[in-house]
Amino acid sequence: MSGYSVTEPSSTQKWVAGVLVIGYALVTLLPLMWILATGFKSSADSIAYPPKVTFQPTLEGYVNLFTTQTRQTPEYLEAHPPQTWYEEIVHGKGMVIAGPSRFGERFMNSVIIGFGSTFLSVFLGTLAAYAFSRYRIPLKDDLLFFILSTRMMPPIAVAIPIFLMFRNLGLSDTHTGMILLYTAVNLSLSVWLLKGFIDEIPREYEEAALIDGYTRFQAFIKVVLPQAATGIAATAIFCLIFAWNEYAFAVLLTSGTAQTAPPFIPTIIGNGGQDWPAVAAGATLFLLPVMVFTILLRKHLLRGITFGAVRK
Amino acid sequence: MSGTTIDHVARATPPKVARRIKGLSDRAIAWIFVAPTIFLLLAINIFPLLWTIYLSFTNYRANRPNAEVSWIGTRNYERILGDADIWLTMQATAHFLFWTLVLQVLIGFTLAWLINQKFKGNDLWTTIIVLPMMLSPAVVGNFWTFLYQPQIGLFNYVVAFLTGADPTSFSMIGDVSLAPWAIVIVDTWMWTPFVMLICLAGLRSIPDSIYEAAECDRASKWRQFWTITVPMVLPFLMLAVLFRGIENFKMFDLVVQLTGGGPGNTTTLTSIDLKREAFEKWRTGYSSAYAIILFVTVFGLASIYVKALNKVKER
Repeated sequence: MSGYSVTEPSSTQKWVAGVLVIGYALVTLLPLMWILATGFKSSADSIAYPPKVTFQPTLEGYVNLFTTQTRQTPEYLEAHPPQTWYEEIVHGKGMVIAGPSRFGERFMNSVIIGFGSTFLSVFLGTLAAYAFSRYRIPLKDDLLFFILSTRMMPPIAVAIPIFLMFRNLGLSDTHTGMILLYTAVNLSLSVWLLKGFIDEIPREYEEAALIDGYTRFQAFIKVVLPQAATGIAATAIFCLIFAWNEYAFAVLLTSGTAQTAPPFIPTIIGNGGQDWPAVAAGATLFLLPVMVFTILLRKHLLRGITFGAVRK
Repeated sequence: MSGTTIDHVARATPPKVARRIKGLSDRAIAWIFVAPTIFLLLAINIFPLLWTIYLSFTNYRANRPNAEVSWIGTRNYERILGDADIWLTMQATAHFLFWTLVLQVLIGFTLAWLINQKFKGNDLWTTIIVLPMMLSPAVVGNFWTFLYQPQIGLFNYVVAFLTGADPTSFSMIGDVSLAPWAIVIVDTWMWTPFVMLICLAGLRSIPDSIYEAAECDRASKWRQFWTITVPMVLPFLMLAVLFRGIENFKMFDLVVQLTGGGPGNTTTLTSIDLKREAFEKWRTGYSSAYAIILFVTVFGLASIYVKALNKVKER
């Protein structure tokens, strides 16, 4: 790519383009930075006018996020001096910590359901994608279209019978139920993406392996899987992000034991109105892993988004 | 996931298991590989769909599981299609769909074109622009209600700063005329990157040789843009519109957290309305019919659109 090319933009053009894109990126980033900042504000600073850009950072929001608190009389507070830094923060407001909040549990539910369903949908998706890619399957195109069309249903529409089905099977508000549901929703994407990746692996590799005395199954494991590893990883990340972010099914089908973080975070309230620093703290902890992932794995992810879309 | 791990697993597979599998024919392997997927999709997608179709002809209510269920024919469908409120909901959805698509196509294509000027560090900035679409719409939507607060909200403050208006004089999610735009803005913020990425893939698929040939023919840059760039990216752009269109027709999480459908019914999109009917009023039969109508609408529109898309591709 050296030397003069008519298709290479001029340096002024590049400079202007760069400034415009970076400007847009900074504006886009603003709400996210605001979430991060609000998590470290005190309640008063979070609702100050004009909105505060510089402030004294505090962990109040995070402490509120992880604990439940009750108001106590000044005499009681004096008799029970704070033992730890977080108790001290709570004491400052005339409260004591009554116990842990539900946030930890909800976050763990998100982790369990997210990873469980991702593993299942990538595992099943790889098998199905391999079969669709390599074998002659009757009605193949119809089956593939059927798999894709399952994504066109609005989640609420699917939720009605799923709700009834789960109620009858005792799967309502269980991890198993949610894992199965998210697996089914993700399978269509996973099969389509992985089929694309496996299609790109030359068949000759497996044929060579078969001639060397491998069985079909061994050839699949030893030749195809390592070649598809990047694609499998990219697919896994998409499935994980979907399951991690999903809200509609979670809010309709779970209420307690299996509730994930997205329906929970908006319900965090303090004394009198929404406790924005605590909400922002929860949002930060919930969104940050995805952001870090996205930036670290940008090459594969960005290719994955367009790859999957363009192929469909 | 590295190749070596998988090699290790493969080597660790006991020969006994491997020998047993050796006996399987290709055909058997194909079916064993596809069956679990098909089974799961049948159980969790198709069976529920059939059940919804059945329920749509009954007066079943999920909050009264023991009440007698009677077959009422197409009465649910007649009631829905004759209901003026549903048409208002459809109008709100159409407004949301139209404006999000227009804005996302315009901004997304422009950004993709700018990024394709290959300035230094463009991939990092692309990633930063992509961040919003990777995040949980419910959590982000909820936080936007904070940004939209009159006076203390950052959005109002910035708008007031730029226009000189009083930040307390308008409430994006409390005002009947502004709320439909509030949801358009957040959706555009969140999903423009998707359109941008697909356009970028389209721009990068155009071989340099076409531009070089145009240059030899002394075509102006302007002409090259309209006769090469735009037509070559169009199929990609149309695909992006299809995906965003389907997604936004189904839109629920972001908007329900932002406005909850209000004020009044100004932002009650079809999914939100459906949720109320199904899970608040518990009119299960009625909402099943509603769901079927929505599904048929999406499916029908998408099929027509795909036909148009294929025609553009053939050209």
